[in-house]
Amino acid sequence: MSLTVKNKDTIKSFWAKVAPRAEEIGTDALSRMLVVYPQTKTYFSHWKDLSPGSAPVRKHGKTVMSGVAEAVSKIDDLTNGLLTLSELHAFQLRVDPANFKILSHNLLVVLAIQFPDDFTPEVHVAMDKFLSAVALALSEKYR
Amino acid sequence: MVEWTEFERATIQDIFSKMDYESVGHNALTRCLVVYPWTQRYFGNFGNLYNAAAIMGNPLVAAHGTVVLHGLDKAVKNMDNIKATYAELSVLHSEKLHVDPDNFRLLADCLTIVVAARLGSGFTPDVQAAFQKFLAVVISALTKQYH
Repeated sequence: MSLTVKNKDTIKSFWAKVAPRAEEIGTDALSRMLVVYPQTKTYFSHWKDLSPGSAPVRKHGKTVMSGVAEAVSKIDDLTNGLLTLSELHAFQLRVDPANFKILSHNLLVVLAIQFPDDFTPEVHVAMDKFLSAVALALSEKYR
Repeated sequence: MVEWTEFERATIQDIFSKMDYESVGHNALTRCLVVYPWTQRYFGNFGNLYNAAAIMGNPLVAAHGTVVLHGLDKAVKNMDNIKATYAELSVLHSEKLHVDPDNFRLLADCLTIVVAARLGSGFTPDVQAAFQKFLAVVISALTKQYH
């Protein structure tokens, strides 16, 4: 299910609207993930505060979104473009790849809330494909 | 037996009491057919599903979206007995419609996104959790009679 030229154009235009609110969106998506899928909290036992919008959640939401921004800029070759991030997730963070799907879902929910008119079915399918492709690239170095 | 908190019960009743079934049903089913095109396999007799615009404008899709949403009503009205309430519908989806149960999750995800867009900031993380729990229970009940 690779990204078509049309998908990539859709993603880049939509991302231009998303980018200014990236931190807010990342924070909200992460907050939701921790509340709706409590098993994901196991990766953050070292944080003092896991409540929605807390300082560590905000900081990490920003980190995650800059990763997504990097993926947008490297959309034509995600596997190679995200090699370093894949190594990080595979060897240090060791996040079970099933969780990439969970975070992606929550990102889509936040995008639907923030862009009720722009997040059309066509934008939705392009973003869903993109986030799946990013997850695949991140899983590259796992085994 | 599924345990519901007062907050979860109130949230589900609130969301559905204010819902525009026709609009939400139509949008959710359209989104499902566009975002997960393989789900179109179940709608061979719906005519033109060639692109997003065609799907959105297709009256059979709109009508069916409403049917599906009203199907959720049963669960809203019988939250303490969803499993038994859906026994017949489960047999229908398995024996007659032959729907792969993974599709229930795909439609549920699309429904969550449509409701999120409608409620905006009102769709807080806690409301999302309650809504997704509700849909998960419905899915479990719909899958129960498959063998």
